Amino acid sequence: MTVPAIELIGISKAFGPVQANKDISIRVMPGTIHGIIGENGAGKSTLMSILYGFYKADSGEVFIHGKKARITDSHSAIAAGIGMVFQHFKLVDNFTVLENVILGAEDGAPLRPSLAKARRILTELEREYELHVDPDALISDLGVGKQQRVEILKALYRQAEVLILDEPTGVLTPSEADQLFRILARLREEGKTIIFITHKLREIMEITDTVSVMRRGEMTATVRTEDTSPEQLAELMVGRKVLLRVTKTPARPGPPVLAVEDLRVTDSTGVERLKGVSFTVHAGEVLGIAGVTGNGQSELLEVLGGMQLATGLISLHGQPLDISGKYANGRARRNDGIGHVPEDRQRRGLILEFTAWENMAFGYHHDPAYQTNRLLMNNAAMRRDTAAQMGRFDVRPPDPDLLARNFSGGNQQKLVVAREIERNPDVLLIGQPTRGVDIGAIEFIHQQIIALRDMGKAILLVSVELDEIMALSDRIAVMCDGQIMGERLPDASDETELGLMMAGVKGKAA
Amino acid sequence: MQKMPAWADAVLVPLISLLLAAILSALVIIGIGENPVAAFRLMVDGALMRSAGWGYTLYYATNFMFTGLAVAVAFHARMFNIGGEGQAMLGGLGVALACLYIPWPHWSVSLIGTTLAAMLFGAAWALIPAWLQAKRGSHIVITTIMFNFIAATLLNYLLVNVLRPKGAMDPATARFPEATNLPTFRDMFSTADNVLFRGTPANVSFFIAVLACVLVWLLIWRTRLGYEIRAFGRSEPAALYAGISPARITMIALMISGALAGLMAVNTTQGEAERLILNSTEGAGFIGIAVALMGRSHPLGVFLAAILFGFLYQGGAELALWTTIPRELIIVIQALVILFTGALDNMVRMPLERLFLALRRKES
Repeated sequence: MTVPAIELIGISKAFGPVQANKDISIRVMPGTIHGIIGENGAGKSTLMSILYGFYKADSGEVFIHGKKARITDSHSAIAAGIGMVFQHFKLVDNFTVLENVILGAEDGAPLRPSLAKARRILTELEREYELHVDPDALISDLGVGKQQRVEILKALYRQAEVLILDEPTGVLTPSEADQLFRILARLREEGKTIIFITHKLREIMEITDTVSVMRRGEMTATVRTEDTSPEQLAELMVGRKVLLRVTKTPARPGPPVLAVEDLRVTDSTGVERLKGVSFTVHAGEVLGIAGVTGNGQSELLEVLGGMQLATGLISLHGQPLDISGKYANGRARRNDGIGHVPEDRQRRGLILEFTAWENMAFGYHHDPAYQTNRLLMNNAAMRRDTAAQMGRFDVRPPDPDLLARNFSGGNQQKLVVAREIERNPDVLLIGQPTRGVDIGAIEFIHQQIIALRDMGKAILLVSVELDEIMALSDRIAVMCDGQIMGERLPDASDETELGLMMAGVKGKAA
Repeated sequence: MQKMPAWADAVLVPLISLLLAAILSALVIIGIGENPVAAFRLMVDGALMRSAGWGYTLYYATNFMFTGLAVAVAFHARMFNIGGEGQAMLGGLGVALACLYIPWPHWSVSLIGTTLAAMLFGAAWALIPAWLQAKRGSHIVITTIMFNFIAATLLNYLLVNVLRPKGAMDPATARFPEATNLPTFRDMFSTADNVLFRGTPANVSFFIAVLACVLVWLLIWRTRLGYEIRAFGRSEPAALYAGISPARITMIALMISGALAGLMAVNTTQGEAERLILNSTEGAGFIGIAVALMGRSHPLGVFLAAILFGFLYQGGAELALWTTIPRELIIVIQALVILFTGALDNMVRMPLERLFLALRRKES
């Protein structure tokens, strides 16, 4: 029997009272792709950080190729042949690929010999694994997919035998993800061992040989991928049966509510981010905007939410909105009945250092119900409302005095969604509603969106998750490079066509 | 997850920092051949054991409360106002003009007038850096410190060329009219046969400083403006999302900060000197930064830290008077306190956090 490439025995790690990893044992055979799946906060990243030497386990042992290893920091991890590709790349933007590859692995003070050696090795690696990147290109000129390859090259250059990839597809288009999967398959053929961390069931099914499921710091199961199903994995992750499909009735669209015509935005560097976007959202329907991150969706939401200036026309119930104001008019938008669940809840939607009740009034703090008199705010009223909303949206723990920072990602998102939906807006803008949100909460948030639609509200959904767009939308508009490439009905299109449109190929007229 | 209990964060961290600063100061005093215990006793004796000592301690503390609050309010909007010095100088100009050119019937009425003038002038001096920050993105750390120099030069010019009475030798205004002289603690608390606070400058503006602490607390934690200031300070993108105008909050928060710094002049200029002199601020604007840091930008913390620094100032003066410890060393001691309570905060905090985590793990 072959010796496992990586074997963890009885790993435990606690952060104060939180037990992040409980007695975890795992064996990864060489030349396989081993998936680790679990909700946010299940302990996947902690486990990998222990393996990579960022954290020290409270107890447990690590064996690498059968030998007991003492990994105290990332240097010893690299020396033991472990490479890590982080979710957020650790690259120097104004360095070339070559310079990034040798960074921290230079042979001596003069750079020239190291660079020459790296160039030679890089060419070999390129040939061996079909990892094509121009070694002299600046990182800032490369797309995310290419940047990720540089990260993989960095690990291979350090002679990694075991590669850990943490949520690697989060930033990729479907086709870039396919390319990554081809590279991973190739690495497996060459005998490398890959640990693949994700929360996406589809990727686990597609690429892995074995999969371990984590829940609340414990490893609930390790199974061969071919012996399992997405439904079973989801149940193992959440601990109960989960609806993977959203159940909804066909939309009954009413009159147009939000209309956008020829919206244009130029950013501070003079680059045009929105190049004449037009669409209409009707009452009682969900318009989904699909597209890869950074193609103008964020700017679109910012303009509609009153955070950014634009030219063009936005009208609500046929009345044009003022979009030429001098500064933020997020307040005016809310008064007009536009609710907004922003893409980035931690940066925009919440103040992490505020308590839940302070966050529940956020953006609506001018509400007369929250004023005791002309001078003072009515904190008691805010606390009371928050407690009620937390109950209705099943926010856990239901403690209005807890800081937003201390809620899990899913519960933070529930706070934001609750705040915006409870205001009963005519239009709800919702960006990446389930990014970094666990499966249980995804189900709940999707139900809330559909319920709001069925109340006759107009919903604009922006998401980079094509599955989510397909599941929720009544119509789909695809954005690429600041333009709408076309509109499709979810039943009359498929991922291939939408993927092509996301990559900039104009679809045939609908 | 709370890393350690709130009381430890608010009380234990500053206390341990202080203790470390005290130990290091003691070593320095031993180094120059003096007895640290005797020196400490002298400081406490001179600053806290007699009403005359308190009269000075509280006088200094009043200044530090105003400048500390000024820095604290700006901190809540995540802005670093180092211009307290200049804003206080201009506050002094406002107080002097109000005292000299308005015939006040009684000190109480004049106090209302000078308070407003000090706030107005201080806020106006903060307005330009605030506007530059809000509209042009010029960093206020740079602009406010520049405005300190401009303020000093401006006052120099005005005192030498414009406000100096004919024939006077020193660059200062004429004495303020008798009706504007504020009651000192001696006037307020002495009885016929028991004179308290003899010859000390502490005056009625101390109570304005205490009132300012309360009002700042209300502003920051109980009003909508305070809510917006705190939101903006913690996350500008989020503030924008919530419809809070960054430019508006920048301007308002800095002007409130400037007004608080300006108020210090009521204490120094009207309360103590009773005329406007050169360099009436004596660095209190900078001490305010340390006070705000040590007080965690909370008015109660600022109040306590201001009294501590008042004690250090007065105790330091006593040391210089009665021992061979040179005046410079007093500044070293004050600097050590600032270093440990402000700049080296994490050095104390992080081991403490680990300690509390370990304790909690043992319990569970």
